[in-house]
Amino acid sequence: MHALPGISLILLCQLAGETFVQLLEIPIPGPVVGMLLMLAGLVWHGAVPQSLRLVADTLLRYLALLFVPAGVGLMVHFELIGRDWLAISLALLISTALAIAVTLLLLNLLLKRNTSRGGERDGG
Amino acid sequence: MADEIVDIWVYLSATPLLWLAATFIVFQGAIWLNARLGSNPVLHPVLLAMAGLMLILLATGTDYDTYFEGAQFIHFMLGPATVALAIPLYDHRREIRALMMPLLVSGVVGASTAAISAVGVAWLLGADRLTLLSLAPKSVTSPIAMGVTEKLGGLPSLTAALVLITGSLGCILAPPLIRLLGIRDDKVKGFAMGLAAHGFGTAQAFGISATAGAFAGLGLSMAGVITALILPLLAGGI
Repeated sequence: MHALPGISLILLCQLAGETFVQLLEIPIPGPVVGMLLMLAGLVWHGAVPQSLRLVADTLLRYLALLFVPAGVGLMVHFELIGRDWLAISLALLISTALAIAVTLLLLNLLLKRNTSRGGERDGG
Repeated sequence: MADEIVDIWVYLSATPLLWLAATFIVFQGAIWLNARLGSNPVLHPVLLAMAGLMLILLATGTDYDTYFEGAQFIHFMLGPATVALAIPLYDHRREIRALMMPLLVSGVVGASTAAISAVGVAWLLGADRLTLLSLAPKSVTSPIAMGVTEKLGGLPSLTAALVLITGSLGCILAPPLIRLLGIRDDKVKGFAMGLAAHGFGTAQAFGISATAGAFAGLGLSMAGVITALILPLLAGGI
């Protein structure tokens, strides 16, 4: 299988995203803009080229490995973590529980409303 | 003999090869260890690998900059991986279009809740400004979260660890919350898990059903895009 066109496409989108962000001086990560450009390109093209899917699948399958180098950098910040460990632990625990609960309740409510409205429309 | 080994070590520790290879090998070992421990999300391979590499660096007296000379080649791939997230998003375009408004509203509210409550709680407890900036994007998949933290002026490495811990917490907290709130729709379960606990939540959602897994992937991508677009604009307040 040819991985080359897929790699080129991804790097091209990232490069375009980075250029866009630098040019307009907006505080959004360049690769995120690159992702949106890639998405727009795929919608326009109407399919995912096989080579692109191969490269994307490989990258996303090993995503976990990619944040190890930055994670090891924690060793530089032991002092900060030692000072803020209680705040960090409670913040993570409370915010994660809240985010899950709020999203569960809100989407559940909206989807129920969506289906009942759709039902009324179908009914008459 | 001992001198030769020291010479070889001095030579190798100055090349990127040593720490690039070490990162791969330690990660491989971490996956093996995690599988032996029953694939426990609390002892995720990434957390194990991070701990292992830190121990090796401390034991050999190697500083982080030297390590990063080699590991930067892996780190670089985060950018392309972020771009590659467009593919699963494209795969789900039909569900997204059909349920556009409910997903968008829940996505914005859920992602904002995660960021604001994390920063709020830490701020009330008197955390450092750097900690607050690094906490804000912690619910989002790592490559995006680290990019956002960098833009905000926080510490990307701290964010990387917080993201991983959030993922583990999400896997522990989601099942009891789903039961407590009486949620039956797999689409809702999956979306919330992907949104609040990124890749960890997505992996767990696939254990519920394929639909839950697909919506978790959607939640992950939407949380990433929404957070990346909104947070840098709000961060002036921190």
